[in-house]
Amino acid sequence: MSTPTTTASHSAAPAWKEWLLTTDHKRIGVLYLVGSMAAFGVAGLMALIIRFEQMELGMQFISSGTEYNGYLYFHGAAMILAFLIPGLTGFAANYFLPLMIGARDVAFPRINAFSVWLFYFAIVLALLSFIVPDGPDIMWTGYPPYSVTSASNTSMYVFTVHLLGFSSILGAVNFLVTVIYMRAPGMGWNQLNIFVWTTVAAFVIQLIFIPVLAAAVTLLLFDKYLGTHFYDPSAGGDVLLYQNLFWFYSHPAVYVIFLPAVGILFDIMATMAKNRVFNYKAAVYAGIWGIVGIAGIVWVHHLYIAGMPDWIRLGHMVTTLLISVPVGILTLSLWGTLYKGAITYNTAMMYAASCLYLILLGGLTGIPLAIPSMTLHLSETSYVHAHFHFIMALFSAFALFAGIYYWFPKMTGRFADGPMATISFWLNFVGVNVTFWPLFIIGKEGMPRRYWDYEMFKDVEVLGRSFQEFHFIATIGAGVIAIGMLLQFINFIASAFNGKPAPTNPWNSKSLEWTHTASPPGPGNFGDTDVIVDENWSPYEYTKG
Amino acid sequence: MMKFLSAMTGLVGTTLVSSQAFAKELPVPNESWERLWDTVMLDITVIGVIMAIAAVWMLFKFRATSPDQVGTAKKLTTVQSIAFALIPASIFMADDFYLAANGWTVWNDYRRVPDNAMEVKVIGYQWYFEYEYPGGVLVEADMETPVMIPVGQPVVFRMTSEDVIHSFGIPKYRVKEDIMPGRKTYIWVNPVEAQTDGVVQCAEFCGEAHSQMSNPIHAVPQAEYNAWLAKMAAEG
Ligand code: HEM
Ligand SMILES: [Cu+2]
Ligand SMILES: [Cu+2]
Repeated sequence: MSTPTTTASHSAAPAWKEWLLTTDHKRIGVLYLVGSMAAFGVAGLMALIIRFEQMELGMQFISSGTEYNGYLYFHGAAMILAFLIPGLTGFAANYFLPLMIGARDVAFPRINAFSVWLFYFAIVLALLSFIVPDGPDIMWTGYPPYSVTSASNTSMYVFTVHLLGFSSILGAVNFLVTVIYMRAPGMGWNQLNIFVWTTVAAFVIQLIFIPVLAAAVTLLLFDKYLGTHFYDPSAGGDVLLYQNLFWFYSHPAVYVIFLPAVGILFDIMATMAKNRVFNYKAAVYAGIWGIVGIAGIVWVHHLYIAGMPDWIRLGHMVTTLLISVPVGILTLSLWGTLYKGAITYNTAMMYAASCLYLILLGGLTGIPLAIPSMTLHLSETSYVHAHFHFIMALFSAFALFAGIYYWFPKMTGRFADGPMATISFWLNFVGVNVTFWPLFIIGKEGMPRRYWDYEMFKDVEVLGRSFQEFHFIATIGAGVIAIGMLLQFINFIASAFNGKPAPTNPWNSKSLEWTHTASPPGPGNFGDTDVIVDENWSPYEYTKG
Repeated sequence: MMKFLSAMTGLVGTTLVSSQAFAKELPVPNESWERLWDTVMLDITVIGVIMAIAAVWMLFKFRATSPDQVGTAKKLTTVQSIAFALIPASIFMADDFYLAANGWTVWNDYRRVPDNAMEVKVIGYQWYFEYEYPGGVLVEADMETPVMIPVGQPVVFRMTSEDVIHSFGIPKYRVKEDIMPGRKTYIWVNPVEAQTDGVVQCAEFCGEAHSQMSNPIHAVPQAEYNAWLAKMAAEG
């Protein structure tokens, strides 16, 4: 086995040029991180505007419904497509997957660089929607006929999706080839980090399903600008075709977010508890691959109120409920990884522990939504909004933040832990509960989502209070999150330059990115000696000293 | 499991045995909904509390006492690992079928329109609903103008849209369904009690005034309903 090398300097070119022309997977990872955090910042600002607009009845900050819809469009689209997917499969996979499997880079480094720049073009294109007078107001789902008849610029939405889709497909091919062919000699499939498995699964999903989304939005473009009628019933088309194609991709897409987030948690929890992963094979083959297997046959649960034939809705009720089987097995392994561990606490572990709560709350509140008769009422309410924020937005975002704290010493040679980190964690954790719990409650009484006003419910009371009071509390919560996130970013930036210096393996992990590389790793990752592992090696083997 | 089977056979049975059975006792879908909600909430609360207690207990109990301490959990034997996959899988699956059976029963309440239901046609426009009552009476409603339905009379809304997708939702009756151009959809309600705080609202994003596409819906005694309909007919 080789020993960690010191950080060798890159070439003598100026720094900006090095970053612009880089093909190093670690730098590309950092570029993804910067881009996705920027997207999170802008989309978070949008969330604050819409949240404050909903705080009281009537119009406060916006001047028209369309303006509000534009913000909501940007918030949803950017959070999913530009923050979470690139944050997890762009940043985390790029930086750490090659290190974890003992590879010196990805299989096609230049294609990898091309992917990240496509992602940046997409962000710029999305941001332009604030400048052009006809920025999209069609929501991240872009349903026709509205997206075809709306006066806004649907093509910006379509091209953003194209760019990101193209970027993801290239990334998917790249990483699948990397994992299949470039693992360290001796590394068998059952010795991979769970994070590697979840990322592979996410990329398989991207590869299979993205083309369908690309087709769906391309037909939208044709309908709007070239006069075709794919989605136009007056000329023989069908409005539901789009929704079926869209969700055929976009339901699996939630696993593209969910799975790598779970993978990060497994790696953090096993390391911090110095413990094996409980029932590794069940987690991988029944859990992760079970989810992939079922991902493509549940999409109609997004169309439960769209007038689909009854038998399809009932069929998808059964498949949707059955998602609980692989997810349950995966969850059990996550829990079991703590059993008889030796847990040390730090910011990463605190985020990871809070994710256990978020996965329970977000996951279990999805069960009513799997049942069509429940959804006939709950669909499109703020109950749904709270559910998907807990499971998708908050769970995955918190897992990503956990990962950033966990890998911070690897990327910078410094710790990000400290009072600022602890305070911002608690603000964020308390904030998300204060923001989203009230929305479950009024959602059950019918508060719709995508409403900037709710005048018609002014006399409806829940628990003796009006909807407005709940919106008020939710808005306070959003303010708390905003402060927490701001502190967190300041902390990241300050720690990157002035944080407490960290040893190369501060958590005493057994995983290759910690045991075999310097912090930060130099070009080629592992110095002069290739990584070789034997059959007894495992990233989670702590008992053998 | 029994419930599941009876739901399945019930589905076949009722289509064969005719509608007499439920002419006697009409379901009230929103009440079935509320019962199902309670069942599902109980179910997920039990799972959630067990898992939460387990997590909190382990997070406290297994704290490291020294920095070089390591976990002491043993690797599972093959039999154990299969058991730890199959047993939870069967528990989750059993719960899924239990919930599916319950959901299925309520679904049937929602989707089988009683024979004696009064038909009201609904057409969605950006951004209001237009109603066609029996006798061809057209009613246009807005945020201030309610529409009426008679108490004790099941009402089926047959719906379509003339422009974009909307959704016709009545939270009071725990029901909604999308309204689409080129497609027809329906929902039915069973207003067993008089009420004047019901709301119809659009629930599918439809543009600028989506959050104002709404009107009150009142359930009133038959006589009051008749008078209202006569007035609407006269105005129309
Ligand atoms: C962290 C604080 C956040 C706050 C306070 C927040 C707040 C909101 C609000 C107020 C809405 C509009 C609800 C409505 O009226 O329909 C919304 C919608 C949405 N949010 Fe967030 N959000 C946050 C984070 C996120 C994250 C991290 C994601 C990542 C996936 C996300 C994804 C979405 C999506 C997909 C929608 C739906 C947009 C649509 O209806 O098309 N949010 N959020
Ligand atoms: Cu509408
Ligand atoms: Cu609408």
